[in-house]
Amino acid sequence: MSLFNIFNISGSAMTAQSQRLNVVASNLANAESTTGPDGKPYHAKQVVFSTASFAGQPGEGVRVAAVVEDSAPMKMVYDPKHPMADDKGYVTLPNVNPVDEMVNMISASRSYQNNVDVMNTSKALLLKTLTIGQ
Amino acid sequence: MTSRIDSMFQFHQTALNLRAARQELIASNIANADTPNYKAKDIDFASALQGAISGNGSKLQMAGTSNGHLNSASGDTVLGAPVQYRNVVQPSADGNTVDMDVERAQFADNALRYEASVKFVSEQAKDVLAALQG
Repeated sequence: MSLFNIFNISGSAMTAQSQRLNVVASNLANAESTTGPDGKPYHAKQVVFSTASFAGQPGEGVRVAAVVEDSAPMKMVYDPKHPMADDKGYVTLPNVNPVDEMVNMISASRSYQNNVDVMNTSKALLLKTLTIGQ
Repeated sequence: MTSRIDSMFQFHQTALNLRAARQELIASNIANADTPNYKAKDIDFASALQGAISGNGSKLQMAGTSNGHLNSASGDTVLGAPVQYRNVVQPSADGNTVDMDVERAQFADNALRYEASVKFVSEQAKDVLAALQG
C-alpha cells in the first residue's frame, strides 16, 4: 500500500534533517572551542545525504551517508594572552562559519516541516480511504 | 452480477491505486529535496491510467543499446507505467532537480484528486445499495 510507504519515506527524511540540525547545533555550540578531548580545536562537521531505497517501491527515502569534517581552513586569531596561543601568538579557532550554519539550520527546519506536512496529508488520505462505503 | 459491480468499481479502484503510487513518488521527491544528485521522478498519470484500464500496460519504451542513448525513464515502473524524470526548470549546483514549488503543488493536486476518487467510489457504493434496497 503506497500511502503507508510515505510514512517510511517522510520519516527517513525527518530523521536525516534532524540529524543535520543536530550537527548545526554542535557546530554553533563549539564555534569558539579552541580545544577538545584530543587537545585540538573543534572541526566543523557536515552531514552528507544520500537516497535510501526500500525494497520493491520506486519512492526513495533519505539517509545520512556520512558525517564529514568541514575542509575549510581553521580561523587564526592573533591573541598572545590566550592560553591556547602558539609561540607566535596565534590562536587556532574552529572553522565554523556562523552564517553557513544559520542558513543550514533554516533549510533543515523548512525541509523537516515539509515532510511533516507530507505525512499529515497522507494520514488524512488514509483516513478518508477508510470511510469508503460509509 | 457481482462481476458487473466489480467492473463498476474497477475504474476508481485503479485510479486510486495510481494516485497513491504517485503520491509516494512525490513524497519521495519532497523527502530528497536536499539530497545531492537526486532526480525528481513522476509518472504521466493520464497515460498510466489509460494503460492500466485497457490492460495493455503502457507504451513500449525504446531500448537503450548504447551508453550514448538518452533515456528519460528511470527504469522503475508503477503499476506498469514507466517512472520518468522531471524536466529541470532551475538546475542546482549539486545536481538535485527537485523544485519544491512544483512538488508541493503536485502533491496537493494529487491529494485532492485522490479524495475526489474516494468520494466517487463512496457515492457509487451508495448507488448500488439504493438499487438493491429499492
